[in-house]
Amino acid sequence: MAYKFKGGVHPDYMKSPQTPVTVIAPPKQVVIPMAQHIGAPCKPLVKVGDYVKMYQKIGENPAPVSAPVHASVSGKVVAIEPRPHPLGDLITAVVIENDFQDTPELMEPLTEEQMKDPEAILQRIREAGVVGMGGAMFPTALKIRGGIGKVDTLIINGAECEPYLNGDHLTMLNFPEQLLKGIQLARIAQGVEKAYYGIEKNKQDAIDLLNSLDPAKYGVEIVPENVKYPQGGEKMQVKAITNREVKPGGLPSGVGCNVISTRTAYAIYQACYEGKSVVERIVTYGGSALAAPVNALTRVGTSFAHIAEQCGGFVKTPRKIVLGGPMMGICATSLEAVNIKGTAGVLFFTEEEDKNIEDPVCIRCGKCITVCPMNLEPVYMYLYYTKRDFDMLEKYHVTDCFECGSCT
Amino acid sequence: MSEKNERLIFDVAYQPQVRTTIDTRRLMSDVIVAMIPVAIVAVYRYGWHVLVLMLTGMASATFFEWAYRRLLHKSITIDDFSAAVSGLLLVMVLPPQTPWWMIVIGTFFAIVVVKQLYGGIGKNFLNPALAGRAFLTASYAGTLTVVIIDGTTMATPLSYLYSENPLPFSVAQNFLGKIPGSIGEISSLAILLGAAYLIVRKVIRWRIPACVIGSVALISLVFGHAGYGRIEWMLHNVLSGGVMFTGIFMATDYATSPVTRWGQAIYGIGIGALTMLIRYFGGFAEGCSYAILIMNLTTWALDKACHRHQFGVSKEDIAAAKAAKKAAKKEAV
Repeated sequence: MAYKFKGGVHPDYMKSPQTPVTVIAPPKQVVIPMAQHIGAPCKPLVKVGDYVKMYQKIGENPAPVSAPVHASVSGKVVAIEPRPHPLGDLITAVVIENDFQDTPELMEPLTEEQMKDPEAILQRIREAGVVGMGGAMFPTALKIRGGIGKVDTLIINGAECEPYLNGDHLTMLNFPEQLLKGIQLARIAQGVEKAYYGIEKNKQDAIDLLNSLDPAKYGVEIVPENVKYPQGGEKMQVKAITNREVKPGGLPSGVGCNVISTRTAYAIYQACYEGKSVVERIVTYGGSALAAPVNALTRVGTSFAHIAEQCGGFVKTPRKIVLGGPMMGICATSLEAVNIKGTAGVLFFTEEEDKNIEDPVCIRCGKCITVCPMNLEPVYMYLYYTKRDFDMLEKYHVTDCFECGSCT
Repeated sequence: MSEKNERLIFDVAYQPQVRTTIDTRRLMSDVIVAMIPVAIVAVYRYGWHVLVLMLTGMASATFFEWAYRRLLHKSITIDDFSAAVSGLLLVMVLPPQTPWWMIVIGTFFAIVVVKQLYGGIGKNFLNPALAGRAFLTASYAGTLTVVIIDGTTMATPLSYLYSENPLPFSVAQNFLGKIPGSIGEISSLAILLGAAYLIVRKVIRWRIPACVIGSVALISLVFGHAGYGRIEWMLHNVLSGGVMFTGIFMATDYATSPVTRWGQAIYGIGIGALTMLIRYFGGFAEGCSYAILIMNLTTWALDKACHRHQFGVSKEDIAAAKAAKKAAKKEAV
């Protein structure tokens, strides 16, 4: 049974997981940014004019904090130049002209022997470019490696507490067995006996399905969690499953936990069993500018303009592109930007949804305090922020805030 | 993609991209709705003229807020209804014979002096309605310290309780409001209905009212009074005067009460204790409004003293940090 964390809110969830997973047809051109992770950006391994295959590695950096990137279609490299990155700015990207053959270049699946060897699994995870696909995009191999010896509990994050997003939920429903196998691999790599899979109770169908597959066989325990935002926050997950509290400024590994996302576990499965690198994922498209919300398998490097077209175009003029969920998602500035490994959702908001209050007035109602999952006092943080008093802000532990947005 | 789309300009904002729809106006509208039962009882008991007084209070408070902000070229904030609520609250704590022009003066003091001079909504450190009442009571003591119904001066339950004369009201009468008293304070039943609404709508939380009413109950129960059973004495103390109304509607005022949990508890208990201190030993029959005004002044200090426990820091961590500090001090010596 899951523990509770203090605070939290119940936003309007706007979920629509019933939509069957559709596929966004690969575009004529994909733009693969060389930075799709936290850490050192990759250097292109290909030249203009080269022919590349799907899943082929096209960018790499030997630095420890990095993850390689791969081609999401087969075809000819037509340009290597700075392109708009979804997180803003121009980043070097490899542009591939799609030949629509999807000629694959797969890695050898791991042998049964290798699947028992943590080192082999970790190498494969890195090689396949697996990063934290919940959004943070921290290289997963490094995360697991960093926790070896310190971590006694591996947690898989299946809360998906952000409104709109359904990608994790649909992955559970469509690939339950693969998911469990992926978790098993992560668990072996981590060197722990058991992994806990925390899933919010609003996904009861997924919980039942996973439980019917005898998760204990894979060393996995499904933990149904309360439906409350931000249940999927890393620190909230640790609290919910182990009742441990991550130290201020610390990582979950500091209290013996590592948290990886549902999609990451699935990517590990694909890398080890199928030899596939990370080149596509289920993305939720929503917002009232689109005719209807869609959950669609989308290649990395597909531009938002192409996606919008595939979703039937805009029925209203979009004012804002939100990447990820609406609570913690950030804004993209251009339709030319592309989706990357960490993109769980793309929401096209119209004027109505684009609420931004200029210079709000605080009436000290204190609601922000009751909902803050980190036990902070946002009312005073706001006060000292408006006075630009950063010493006082620090006294109020402003750095503990992980910007879940509950207080708004 | 068509060229039209490429030329679109997108908004960029920090997360979160969605926000709550609860705003000040909704909260204030809820407070007004919560006062409807109280208003109905008041009109039933005292007649239609108290409704006129209530409307006068709301209108004049709104007017003063508008006029002040207009003259100083500030944003107009009357549409959040907070001024109307202050005006209405002021009327509720005044006796029914109050002339309308006094209410206008009271709202002027409450809105302009107490609220707007300190920066408007959220910035005032005293409850505007109670400060307005205190101002009027000091200025027109003769008119406002008694209750006059149909030309007859009536003694309120509180003035009986703390005198030699036996109380002519039962606990039930007191609870239902068959007693003389300030416009909004007579029926505890109606007040509780309003309180329930506010709590269900999550406008207020139970902590402050519970601490105020609880501490009044406990103190009166422990100390008692000659001529009354302890329970009877306790109930009369809770139901009479302003404990119920001000404890629920005024002590929970956002701007002037603490936001931290323990701060709220101490604040509520402080109000209850001061009220009973004034009742037992003070010169006034009723002390609740002054108790709140006094505790208003401690809000800031209480919040500072009652930091919340930091996520991820256990009691052992705090003890360890303290021990380390002590050791460092010793070393320095």
